[in-house]
Amino acid sequence: MRMVVFVLAAGMVIGLSVWAYQENYRTQAMIGETERLQREIGEARARLAVLKAEWAYLNRPDRLRDLTEINYNDMQLLPLRPDQFGRIEQVAFPSNDAPITFENAVEVSSEEAKP
Amino acid sequence: MIRKPLRPLASILHARSAGENPDQIERANLRERHEEMRNKGRARAEGRLLIMGALFAGAFLTVGARMAVVSMSEATEPRTSYAGSRIQAERADIVDRKGRILATNLETHSIYAHPHEMIDPAFAAQKLAEIFPDLVAEKLERRFKDGRKFYWVKKKISPEQKQAVHDIGEPGLLFGRREMRLYPNGRLAAHILGGASFGEEDVHDAELVGVAGVEKFFDDALRDPANGDKALTLSIDLTVQTAAERVLWGGMKLMNAKGASSVLMDAHTGEIVSMVSLPDFDPNNRPNPPVQGQAADSPLFNRAVQGLYELGSTFKIFTAAQSMELGLANPETKINTAGPLRWGKFKIRDFRNYGAQLTVTKVIVKSSNIGTARMAQVIGAARQQDFLKQLGFFDPTPVELVEAKGAQPLLPKNWSELSTMTISYGHGMSASPLHLAAGYAAIANGGTKVVPTILKQDAVVKGERVMSVASAEASRLMLRKVVSEGTASFGEVPGYAVGGKTGTADKPLESGRGYYEDKVIATFAAMFPAHDPKYVLILSLDEPVETSGDEPRRTAGWTAVPVAAEMITRVAPLLGLRPEVEPAPLADITLTSN
Repeated sequence: MRMVVFVLAAGMVIGLSVWAYQENYRTQAMIGETERLQREIGEARARLAVLKAEWAYLNRPDRLRDLTEINYNDMQLLPLRPDQFGRIEQVAFPSNDAPITFENAVEVSSEEAKP
Repeated sequence: MIRKPLRPLASILHARSAGENPDQIERANLRERHEEMRNKGRARAEGRLLIMGALFAGAFLTVGARMAVVSMSEATEPRTSYAGSRIQAERADIVDRKGRILATNLETHSIYAHPHEMIDPAFAAQKLAEIFPDLVAEKLERRFKDGRKFYWVKKKISPEQKQAVHDIGEPGLLFGRREMRLYPNGRLAAHILGGASFGEEDVHDAELVGVAGVEKFFDDALRDPANGDKALTLSIDLTVQTAAERVLWGGMKLMNAKGASSVLMDAHTGEIVSMVSLPDFDPNNRPNPPVQGQAADSPLFNRAVQGLYELGSTFKIFTAAQSMELGLANPETKINTAGPLRWGKFKIRDFRNYGAQLTVTKVIVKSSNIGTARMAQVIGAARQQDFLKQLGFFDPTPVELVEAKGAQPLLPKNWSELSTMTISYGHGMSASPLHLAAGYAAIANGGTKVVPTILKQDAVVKGERVMSVASAEASRLMLRKVVSEGTASFGEVPGYAVGGKTGTADKPLESGRGYYEDKVIATFAAMFPAHDPKYVLILSLDEPVETSGDEPRRTAGWTAVPVAAEMITRVAPLLGLRPEVEPAPLADITLTSN
């Protein structure tokens, strides 16, 4: 009887120490992994900060204003003026009539170009 | 255990035969046995005490040793917690009210040299001068060869420049990490942001320190690592600020002014939505403070906060408001405006002669100095002081900029009756445009004090009441009339019902005795829309001259007002204000009994 108890106890000690050994190594690996991830997060944050700064720099009002002036022919952007505010009543309802269709239409817009 | 018998037969028999008392033997044995038991018990107790003592000593020693270890060992970052990775920036960002970045950090590098480790100093100096046009090769070479062991070449360089320096291949040129403060919008809101520079420096790192504006005011909070990921949110609106700067700059050039400032303030919360002072500077490359000339002419000088000016006729509305508040007048009360008004040797004149009498409304609309001086005479010095004090004209503005503390309004040492009269129309005391903005905001919001702030506010905090709703409303109607039919007729912006008061103050001579003949500060203090003011705008031009007419015109109505009107036209839509038709004044209804 005693012998059985001894053998069982010894077995348990061996089993637990193997488990503890494995847990120890797993913990170490996990800490290493966490540190790697945190480094990555840190780098990502630094990158994000740079991107945000670049975004802010590219969207600075001076540059946008110059761009609207350069691209005036295409975009025709002008500063917002008070008379550009409208009311919802001023917007016409879409008409229910069918769109007007032209038959035998003659193109006249190009006629003007002729000398 | 075999116990010793108490009455051993042999001894008893022997004693009996000897005629002795055998009980004595028993007692002696009993005593012996008791002694034995006692000794045993004591030994056991001593053993237990010893073990307990050892246990306690062990426990205390462990605690003590642990304390010693904790106190003597270097602190280490917790490796497994989430908190470690949160802090990247050394200084928190500053953003505008909609979260757009006004100031952030950028990682850069610095170059320093170890001349004793250099292989070819002359070549390195020449190459460095090629990369950085502001460095001079000969000077650098001399520095590298004069026997020093360490030399800062450049504090901030870009990644491209770093690569170029790297390509020189000189082992004596080394790089250090630097976090740099970046203001991506350049000159925008330069006076508010201030700027930052390096404090404690070393080759590996340098701390960023705010040198002016909010950067300095909130330096501790911005540097606190706990706030690393929390941006400081200002009340400034980036787009509004841009438009205001653009308009003011154009206005300053058109009106030939040497400086200009504007403050746009939310009339209810006291939030400064835009604050401009021209000329300005680039906070990325903050110039050094001037060593000669007037500090007020430096671009670093924030005219809106630091500039103390006699604000001229813009003060008249305070006199009128107080007069109505005290029940001394109503908008239709006739005031004697026959001039000139003499006070001892001093004469008070009007710009033109406005006749013998004007109503209070007309006094404001025509901007009569004599009329306001007469009203102030009735109010008296003590009550005038109390009123101006309540509006905040006696203390520096509490706005969160380091420069604000130094701007203590200039008040007359002896507040005589003459001072009362001149101050009633804005001469004899100096305050900053920001003071004026806070004062006008109190009228605009219906009579409660406003504390100007540069931080975004979550809710309206009602200040103490400085005048009744009725007086504030009557004052607003007068200000509206100044624009619709008075001196500020150029200030009319269709749909926004601008109300305001012009002020043209002669500039005092530098000597402090008297005033310039041809130098003025033109101010326009406005609120819009006048029937329900949302914003207050103060715009002032320094030494403006309008030269389109036959003779140069310097009055605020010709200079500051058109600029302010253009600014309101540009800024109001950006603030989300929809132009609306001004409600017509209701006809007075007289109740009669039926």
